[in-house]
Amino acid sequence: MPVISLTVNGNPVTVEVEARSLLSGVLRSNLALTGTHVGCDTSQCGACVVHVDGKPVKSCAMLAVQADGASVTTIEGLAKNGKLHPMQEAFREHHGLQCGFCTPGMLMSAVALAEQNPDLDDAAVRKGLEGNLCRCTGYQNIVHAVLDGAKAMRG
Amino acid sequence: MYDFTYHRPDTLDEAVKIFSDADDPQFMAGGQTIIPVMKQRLAMPSDVIDLGKIGELQGISIVGDTLTIGAMTSHAEVASSADVKKAVPALAQLANDIGDPAVRNRGSIGGSIANNDPAADYPAALVALGATIHTTSREIAAEDFFTGLFETALDEGEIIAKIAIPVPDKAAYMKFPQPASRFALVGVFVAKSGDQVCVAVTGAGPCVFRATDFEKALEKNFSADALDGISISSEELSTDIHASAQYRASLVTTLARRAVENAA
Repeated sequence: MPVISLTVNGNPVTVEVEARSLLSGVLRSNLALTGTHVGCDTSQCGACVVHVDGKPVKSCAMLAVQADGASVTTIEGLAKNGKLHPMQEAFREHHGLQCGFCTPGMLMSAVALAEQNPDLDDAAVRKGLEGNLCRCTGYQNIVHAVLDGAKAMRG
Repeated sequence: MYDFTYHRPDTLDEAVKIFSDADDPQFMAGGQTIIPVMKQRLAMPSDVIDLGKIGELQGISIVGDTLTIGAMTSHAEVASSADVKKAVPALAQLANDIGDPAVRNRGSIGGSIANNDPAADYPAALVALGATIHTTSREIAAEDFFTGLFETALDEGEIIAKIAIPVPDKAAYMKFPQPASRFALVGVFVAKSGDQVCVAVTGAGPCVFRATDFEKALEKNFSADALDGISISSEELSTDIHASAQYRASLVTTLARRAVENAA
């Protein structure tokens, strides 16, 4: 079986995987990082979004072997030294979640969106989160949270 | 997904060689179609050849009046490229409206056109712009490349290397997205170069096609009003749960008018 080496949340890891293993599965099963959720498994819902070399991708639509040599950040890598990431803090503050299943992917997409766009507005947030489905909130509080979280990230 | 042998060649020559030596091989570009297809067991290749690390397939450049895009260039890279935005802003906008941000970071122009989904966006752009597809063995005009439902002129083992696009005077792409998938329910790309106008339609039928009656009218008078009273027949168009053939035909005219109004 292929052996891959990658960096996950800043830590170097080497893991033996099947060629057909999805990145989402390896993160959850081999590395026990179960914060990355698998919702639809058909690239629709975005619960599995992680950053690969800084870019948000759907980890259920990427083979683990494709991440060989890459740097991966999952939801577990957002908080630093026990302190929530500003985007996580904003989601808590604005009640940007209900059941929480979509939240890891929502946060990873939101952080990348805020990093790439200094001038986010309501419409840009909604377009930027098109690949992340939430079946609880109706999105309103998520949008509020992302706008506020983006502002906090700029400092 | 059934297991397979994974290959990640560094060069096109190596990729072609692996393909010819394998039992039932499959090239993989960004993987945004083939991975879901393999997960559903609709494809079960013996060997997957990942084109993602081949340097020859990367990059965007403009030389003279030709914009060249490497086959493995992601939709996100096309959407954010200063060269594309300047030369063919309609193409940057098209790329920015494919799927969603995460899909755009992995999906590639080469993979999209090799798959030739009937509702994909790029086929309309490449046909309307008169692009040329450069492969490992030849050059193919976009109009000859897209041959039918999920079918292209590519031979077994032939790989798309890059796409060369003549820069138009003005162009625009308008799509009515299927709201769940963001594929085009109908998409119309209009390009004007000198006296020549090309109108290509995706999503409406089994494969991209040109609306030649629209082109003739727009070559005489490049304005939305020139399309008054002109429509396309719904006979060969698609009907599904999302839209009837008649509705798609109606969208073609509406979107073509909007594309002409927005051409830049």
